[in-house]
Amino acid sequence: MIDYTKYLRISKFPLIWCAGCGNGIVLKSILRAIDKIGWPKDQVCTVSGIGCSSRTPGYVDFNTLHTTHGRAIAFATGVKMAKPELHVIVVTGDGDATAIGGNHYIHAARRNIDLTVVIFNNNIYGMTGGQVSPTTPMGMKASTAPFGSVEPSFNISGLAQAAGASFVARGTVYHVFQLDKLIERALLKRGFSVVEVLTPCPTAYGRRNRLGTGVDMIRWQKEHTISVQEAAKLSPEQLNDKIVTGVFTDVDRPEYLETYQALIDSLRRKASLS
Amino acid sequence: MGKETVMQRNNGPRVEVMTGNDACAEGALAAGLTFFAGYPITPSSEIAEILSYRLPHLGGKFIQMEDEIGAMGAVIGASLAGAKAMTATSGPGFSLKQENIGFAAMAEVPCVVVDVQRGGPSTGLPTLPAQMDVMQARWGTHGDHEIIALCPYSVRETFDLTVRAFNLAERYRTPVILLMDEIVAHVNEKVVLPEPDEIEVYERKLPNCPPEEFLPYKFTEDDIPPMASYGTGYRFHVTGLCHDETGFPTNDPVQIDRLIRRLNRKISRHRDDIVQVAEEQLDGAEIGVVAYGATARAARRAVRLAREEAIPAGLLRPLVLWPFPDKEVRALAERVSALIVAELNMGQVAHEVEWAVCGKVPVHRVNRVDGEPIPPEHILQAIREVAR
Ligand SMILES: Cc1ncc(C[n+]2csc(CCOP(=O)(O)OP(=O)(O)O)c2C)c(N)n1
Ligand code: SF4
Repeated sequence: MIDYTKYLRISKFPLIWCAGCGNGIVLKSILRAIDKIGWPKDQVCTVSGIGCSSRTPGYVDFNTLHTTHGRAIAFATGVKMAKPELHVIVVTGDGDATAIGGNHYIHAARRNIDLTVVIFNNNIYGMTGGQVSPTTPMGMKASTAPFGSVEPSFNISGLAQAAGASFVARGTVYHVFQLDKLIERALLKRGFSVVEVLTPCPTAYGRRNRLGTGVDMIRWQKEHTISVQEAAKLSPEQLNDKIVTGVFTDVDRPEYLETYQALIDSLRRKASLS
Repeated sequence: MGKETVMQRNNGPRVEVMTGNDACAEGALAAGLTFFAGYPITPSSEIAEILSYRLPHLGGKFIQMEDEIGAMGAVIGASLAGAKAMTATSGPGFSLKQENIGFAAMAEVPCVVVDVQRGGPSTGLPTLPAQMDVMQARWGTHGDHEIIALCPYSVRETFDLTVRAFNLAERYRTPVILLMDEIVAHVNEKVVLPEPDEIEVYERKLPNCPPEEFLPYKFTEDDIPPMASYGTGYRFHVTGLCHDETGFPTNDPVQIDRLIRRLNRKISRHRDDIVQVAEEQLDGAEIGVVAYGATARAARRAVRLAREEAIPAGLLRPLVLWPFPDKEVRALAERVSALIVAELNMGQVAHEVEWAVCGKVPVHRVNRVDGEPIPPEHILQAIREVAR
């Protein structure tokens, strides 16, 4: 068992999160991954946008930055470029990352800058009281989708894969041992890495859609998820009501800052030769 | 990255023909710029183009972000990690940056935002001059805070004020706006750049306490808290929410009030150190002209022509628009019998001048909003009419 208190700002407790919220499970998983890798706290920087999940940096004893809504990846890009030795982790919500922040999300993936983005996907805008999100499944209710969402939803992981991320995975708060490993692999990956974590929001999403308590929602995850490996054996029809979890992408591509540093080095070499 | 590299480059005074945009890029490097993030927009793009070339040579970093919002975010992130950081844009991009400029003001993150003004509203006049963002610079973001905005009128002055923008940003832990205009940005002028040892460069005040005692938003004697960078042993929290001295959010009315008042006070109480005006032919003047940026070039000429006609006119030229030089304008109103404010907008500074002089003297306006500069003759004509 790791000593969580080593990483937490206990004086900032109690957390603002509701009873039954999955965010705390994701937070502990991130801390276990960092502890396993053994990064010193001073070398870690967590950056978030705005939302329930984005309150995470306030509770952890790293270099922490709580930015404007949707802009975490942009701020993180600046931190990383100015201090490449920092391990920069973006913690963000589905709305934060893919609605208002969608542009930064896909371009950071395209650049393949060495950031890890952990997206707390609760299918809703939690903090503002349950408005529809780009990941709310069609037909599900939200405070701004009283008749059920009429929009198809984003596949957050697919988006990152298509845009060029080096590592993309999806986990759930039910499969917490797997989640630890996914986050650890993402953190260690050179390049843009994403872990999409399905996490229940009983307050703003579950209640309106009669999904029960946080525990019920986590049980639902157990029953409706399927691993990438198993999914490969099934037909699209059989996968209809399933959510696929596991590692979707793990490739080595040139990382943005390495490429940039190589440019600096070559310019300097030329300058010293001339 | 580091200032030495910049200094090594600047060996000796250089006589050059350059534009305001060139001078802005050079001034930024001389001040110690190590990070630039931007998104292209006329008439500011050359600043990004030059720095995309110059920065990697010097070991600094340039990035063209996906939009202006991202660029402003990246600048703030880089500054928190210890870089001297800048972005450059024009009207529409300046509007997009506003939310994050407010973040920088709230979180007290030093950075420089260059706005090469063009006509608006909206995409307005991409290639034509205007001075329509004076109020956007002051009030563009939400909330109540002071801001510093500098306004150069020549190429050399653009160099100097860019250096000063960095120094003020570092000194006061605040975003500083450099308000240029299309004319100053694109005019070619001969300039003699100062030698590196003539350039005063200010570095942000670092904490001198052990990390466990560090308060990133400490109330200090001068209202400016020392600032650590990420990754230097001082782990701290930064947020755009109202926070206490520790940097963590608070809803306590006492703490909130203290913070917002300090953010305003740290600039307003130092206004005498910040405000800068230039005077020309004001000895014995009876008519005072107030003009800034490119319009001040025409105003200088108009004042000289008026003197040749034996009309005692003089020019007051604010180099700093925010905090507004109200004291200086009021003092001028004591000496003259009328003021003329010339600017490429409907009267954004004229309004401020009227406030400052409180009806003591009449304030006449010379405005132009058709994308053309104000020629000296228009201002001269106004001087003649007032003199009559
Ligand atoms: C520019 C801006 N627009 C809107 C908001 C209001 N807002 C705060 S959080 C939020 C949605 C958060 O949803 P998500 O990212 O999914 O996070 P969650 O709260 O569900 O963890 C919105 C719309 C804001 N703070 N800033
Ligand atoms: S509103 Fe939802 S996401 Fe936010 S803390 Fe409560 S349960 Fe969690």
